[in-house]
Amino acid sequence: MASPLLTVDGVTLRYRTKDHLVTATYRVSFDLFQSDRFVVLGPSGCGKSTLLKAVGGYIQPTEGSIRLNAAEITRPGPDRVFVFQEFDQLLPWKTVKENIAFALTASGKLPRPQAEERAMHYIAKVNLTEFASSYPHTLSGGMKQRVAIARAMAMEPQILLMDEPFAALDALTRAKMQEELLQLWEETKFTVLFVTHSIPEAIRVGNRILLMSAHPGQVRAEVNSAGADAARIHEILFDEKQHGNSEHA
Amino acid sequence: METASMPERPEVFYEVSTERLNVVEKPLSAWERLYDNGAVRKSFLLAMLAAGWELYARWLNNPLLVPTFSATVSALFASIASGALPQAAAYTISMLLKGYIAGLAIAALLTAFATGTRIGADLLETLTAMFNPLPSIALLPLALVWFGLGAGSVIFVLIHAVLWAVALNTFAGFRSVSPTWKMVGQNYGLSRTGYIARILIPGAFPSILTGLKVGWAFAWRTLIAAELVFGVSSGSGGLGWYIFERKNQLLIADVFAGLLTVILFGLAVENLIFKTIENRTVRRWGMQV
Repeated sequence: MASPLLTVDGVTLRYRTKDHLVTATYRVSFDLFQSDRFVVLGPSGCGKSTLLKAVGGYIQPTEGSIRLNAAEITRPGPDRVFVFQEFDQLLPWKTVKENIAFALTASGKLPRPQAEERAMHYIAKVNLTEFASSYPHTLSGGMKQRVAIARAMAMEPQILLMDEPFAALDALTRAKMQEELLQLWEETKFTVLFVTHSIPEAIRVGNRILLMSAHPGQVRAEVNSAGADAARIHEILFDEKQHGNSEHA
Repeated sequence: METASMPERPEVFYEVSTERLNVVEKPLSAWERLYDNGAVRKSFLLAMLAAGWELYARWLNNPLLVPTFSATVSALFASIASGALPQAAAYTISMLLKGYIAGLAIAALLTAFATGTRIGADLLETLTAMFNPLPSIALLPLALVWFGLGAGSVIFVLIHAVLWAVALNTFAGFRSVSPTWKMVGQNYGLSRTGYIARILIPGAFPSILTGLKVGWAFAWRTLIAAELVFGVSSGSGGLGWYIFERKNQLLIADVFAGLLTVILFGLAVENLIFKTIENRTVRRWGMQV
């Protein structure tokens, strides 16, 4: 078996609010392989976004370790590029093309002329060529997310980290974006770690799904999405078979 | 039974057509476009104010109290022609620029320190809370003791006028930069200076611009006031001195001309310089409507 690209090993994450120390996830472990579309699925409060931020290097685990190609992750870096849920992740003072070129030059990946060339290539991939010199505030929510995805893919990172990137979109746009994401994956076979709270989205987008429980986030199961059905995932997620409706307790 | 009363209805399909619709898109009339232009509306208001002034002054008929608008304008042109007003204005502007730029430089240093460290942030907050409410002109007597009767004193009070407004707004702007932009900046591995230059400053630009405008207005007022109190220094006076001197000679139309110059400079800087910066930056970026 090939060695994993990303190893999350017994990770406990805690953060401090004004008057509490909150445990977001407790001893979470999983492996991510090259070209995986790995989905972390769980209800709100299961620490899945916090987990993604830890993989991004924004938070350090209090226990356990996160390793990319066997090297410990200590800080944010351009080898793991984030796509956020928020529409304001594009910098409003840069056009679509400049936003993407900025990412490439700021990280020292490419000099400016090549960066612009690659930016245009990825803008074409998400079908926004005619908006290349538009400022983000003139775009719709779906278009902004497509630019954010293009920017992340243009970086050609080891892993794409997607934090509910389609959650703020309307249902029709959302379905279309999921379709587009899968097409892009067919073309480039990138590796993605995708966080969502939608069971249908997890089944559609992912090839492997990590199911998490809430307060604190713990791993319930790790399943393949091929042939998975929503009802069964719902059962595992909310633990209805084993203990009855324990969620109400 | 309610359901039983519901009639059987066929499905209906319509042709979509705009053939008989009169207006889909129609150009606005010349008058509507004229009225939409802010410059036109404001010019109209200015013309009305000037006309009101002229009428009142003629009715009052006392040029020692209120000279007419036309007399003020001709005094303005006469003073410009004689070179007295341009010289005074040039002196004032040069002092203003020195004080403004020095104030901005110190504000930049202080804000950088405040962004870098927690104690720096506390220092900035405390100093701003202390000195922002203190009118700069109140420091002039002290400045005269420290720096003597010269440009040094004026620049000192100007720095005080600019510094706190700019530092306060810039720092508040940095703090309110969207956390998502900050995370984006970190994600692409920007260096510390790159992060400040490419994320924090453009992200906080609406606030920074407000600070620059407020600082400019404070400096302008402080300077004119300081010149009035202070009079001549190093052989030449500024606009404030020009106004004070003409009042002593009872040349009231010239006093009005001096005041008009102060107003015109204020308007020009606001509408030409700051408006242009605003249109090319925050408005274009959709960060300010």
